Amino acid sequence: MKNKISVVVIIFMVLLTSVNCGNEIRELVVISNDSFDISEEVIKEFEEANNAIVIIQKAGSSGEILTRAILERGNPSGDLIYGIDNTYLTRALDENIFIQYESPMLKNVPEKFLLDDTHHVTPVDYGYVNLNYDKAFLEKADLLPPTTLEELTQNRWKGKLVVENPNTSSTGLAFLIATVSYFGENDDYDYLDFWDDLKANDVVVKDSWSDAYYTDFSHYGGDRPLIISYATSPAAEVFYSEGKYDVPPTGNVLIDKATFLQIEGIAILKGSKNVGLAQKFIDFTLDTKFQEDIPGRMFVYSVNQEASLPDFFKFAEVPSEPANISSDMISQNRDKWINEWTEIVLR
Amino acid sequence: MNWYRFLVVFPLGYLALFLIYPLVSILIRSFGYQGETTISPFTYIMGDSYYLTRIWFTIWQAAVSTFLSLIVGLPIAYLFARFEFPGKTILKALSTVPFVMPTIVVAIGLVSLLGPSGILNTTAMNLFNLDNPPIRISNSLTMIFIAHAFYNYAIIVRIVSTFAGNLDQNVEETARMLGASSWRSFYHVTLPLLFPAIASAALLAFAFSFTSFGVVLVLGGSKFATIEVSIYELTTKLFQLPLAGALAIVQLIFTYLFLLLYTKLQERMTVIVGLKPNESAAKKPKTWTEKMFVGSSVLLIILVLSPLISLVIRLFYVGDTHTPSHVANLFSNHRGSFFYLSPIQIMWNSIRFAFTTVIISLVMGTIVAYFLAKPNGGRSSYFDAMFMLPLGVTAITLGFGYIITFNHGILDLRGSSIILVVAHSLIAYPFVIRSILPILRSINPNLKEVSYMLGASQLSVFRHIDMPIIGRGILVGAIFAFAISMGEFGASLILLRPENTTMPVAIFQFLGKPGESNLVNALAMSGLLMALVTTIFIAIERFRFRGLGSF
Repeated sequence: MKNKISVVVIIFMVLLTSVNCGNEIRELVVISNDSFDISEEVIKEFEEANNAIVIIQKAGSSGEILTRAILERGNPSGDLIYGIDNTYLTRALDENIFIQYESPMLKNVPEKFLLDDTHHVTPVDYGYVNLNYDKAFLEKADLLPPTTLEELTQNRWKGKLVVENPNTSSTGLAFLIATVSYFGENDDYDYLDFWDDLKANDVVVKDSWSDAYYTDFSHYGGDRPLIISYATSPAAEVFYSEGKYDVPPTGNVLIDKATFLQIEGIAILKGSKNVGLAQKFIDFTLDTKFQEDIPGRMFVYSVNQEASLPDFFKFAEVPSEPANISSDMISQNRDKWINEWTEIVLR
Repeated sequence: MNWYRFLVVFPLGYLALFLIYPLVSILIRSFGYQGETTISPFTYIMGDSYYLTRIWFTIWQAAVSTFLSLIVGLPIAYLFARFEFPGKTILKALSTVPFVMPTIVVAIGLVSLLGPSGILNTTAMNLFNLDNPPIRISNSLTMIFIAHAFYNYAIIVRIVSTFAGNLDQNVEETARMLGASSWRSFYHVTLPLLFPAIASAALLAFAFSFTSFGVVLVLGGSKFATIEVSIYELTTKLFQLPLAGALAIVQLIFTYLFLLLYTKLQERMTVIVGLKPNESAAKKPKTWTEKMFVGSSVLLIILVLSPLISLVIRLFYVGDTHTPSHVANLFSNHRGSFFYLSPIQIMWNSIRFAFTTVIISLVMGTIVAYFLAKPNGGRSSYFDAMFMLPLGVTAITLGFGYIITFNHGILDLRGSSIILVVAHSLIAYPFVIRSILPILRSINPNLKEVSYMLGASQLSVFRHIDMPIIGRGILVGAIFAFAISMGEFGASLILLRPENTTMPVAIFQFLGKPGESNLVNALAMSGLLMALVTTIFIAIERFRFRGLGSF
């Protein structure tokens, strides 16, 4: 018994020391959302050029990392935060948690992607939140993809759509804003009427994109052939199929004004002890090497127009006319829209 | 004589530092947010039918889920307690695996089994030549209940079977000898004796269903929200922090009251029995009835495990013939990602955190169980309920509490894995208490009295009397603590260095992108998780302290 106890104690001590208490080495810490991905060699290039270690900590969804940053005001867990997008931008700016920085690399970024003209948040990539459909399902059911959003309220699409909850998912929020732009707010048939009809047409709301995509989308065994996802998701399906697919098994429903242009950016957190290095990192994220890496990693488009796109992006369709709604409109009304939507759809 | 009861200071201190302090901080911050320190959030909740409905929904779905877990768990518990059969060890380990699996994985498993193009539906459609899938329970309450029963039945099985295994069968045999039919002896003798264990297990199952978050959302959808979900949604909309705080307190109060009710009932209904250290010999089934029971219970277990089985099938089906190469991909960073971590490293992370959690939970849980075991003039039930409180604390509230309290000086634990282990142990130690306490309370005090009279020291009594009897309870507690830690995933709350990624987190990250190879990776990692925990469950069960009696 003594021997066994001492073995247990020794193992415990070893494990205790391996439960590390944090390092003391100088490093640059980026707090990112869960969808962030990048190549090892790209980061290595930055690390070697600047004699630093980059730590990228995934800390939840865009909303969650913003809440964390606000709660940590002045004493952040990292130097930079990546994942602030144009739907949450103004809330972030209102809380006064960023250090301003205007990167010289912005010269390669077109006006329309300039997320924040006060230069607290620097844009890095953009994507389009868009309706996707399962080709096999529609073919079998003898249905053609919808051509207008109103169609989704008709009988043949009953019980065939899954959307994300704008309270918890930035994808869901993006689509909600697109519907506001598409239907308007005070018209005869406004966005709330649309959502009311969708609810009557048995729409399913899931809290996160992963839940919706992997349990409800019919391509993965669910019962819904229509899903709010990204315009690049069909291309991703080819890329991640290890050669199984030559053409995307899913497709985009391209309806004018029913798509939302989502721009994501990076910001320096107030309280960072590495502001100079952080600024260099921001420059780096706008540089060609970084910008050419992210499409194949996160399935987003790079804001730097000089950067080229990978080959399989030929399957990615760019919507011709995304929803036209200004950042100011979004910032003023976002919470109101979410509340009204919740009232109609979830209550 | 009771010096060791002062050891309770340590668990109390642990709780105060890691539960009460951050919780109070975040609640104060919540109510003070934007300068409003009013009581109005409470009156708002009580007046708003929406929140009242959610509170009511949370309660009754938890009750139904617990009931279902009991129906499934009790026969299986009896099976493991009383019968011996080939494959029992593995089956017992496998039966606890559901408890560990991340929600999204279970959801995928359930969809693979019960979804419109799932195994059951396609088989039925082929067999009966149907056009449409007959089983349509996606996103329904039924799915939620099935999932809760799937997750929580193992709690019932472990706690009740351990306790039942320690029961002195003489009492039942006497009843039979005196003429009672086997049903009567079961109903009037065994069941009342088992009551403390059943109640303990039911309480834990209820607590888990009550605070259920992932299951309800993934399998039911946003319309089926519990209080926990509401708190989450409100917290992430910062200006709603006061409301979130108020709901968190409501949940805490409900939990405390419910726990109090339970502990008061416990005290009244515990019967002191002769608990034997030896597992009352689990026998091979002899009569026809016994064999039928064993057979059907084993089938029941396989039925419950079917979502996991369909997951494994899915792994091979999605990947077609490429699955082995897909799984091999897990082990190499062939895409060159910055975030790549080898599965071995990930498994090791999960294991070392889990092991540390087990040690901390066992120590805390045992100390507290001892403290509570001695009747305290009715006061112990208040303490009991208090120590069990972590079960009712909202994860996100506590998580944000950690963010704002452990962020400076010595206490800057952000990025450190200490907070992870702390969080796991807080959830796990109530299970240890509930595994040990019923047994402790049922030990015949005469046994100890006699030993003291015969000159044994306290330590000696602990080693030779207590440990053999509660030893199995400790093992069950260890299994729970291990399972909870392996399956727990609070990635967004606990800022972990990427090199400290655990298995559930890795699985979740795979499912953050579209594409079949991502799904295959997630399924492969889930398979590894299942295999790993099964092996370790078996190892824990076989861990024996020399000289502590045979189990």
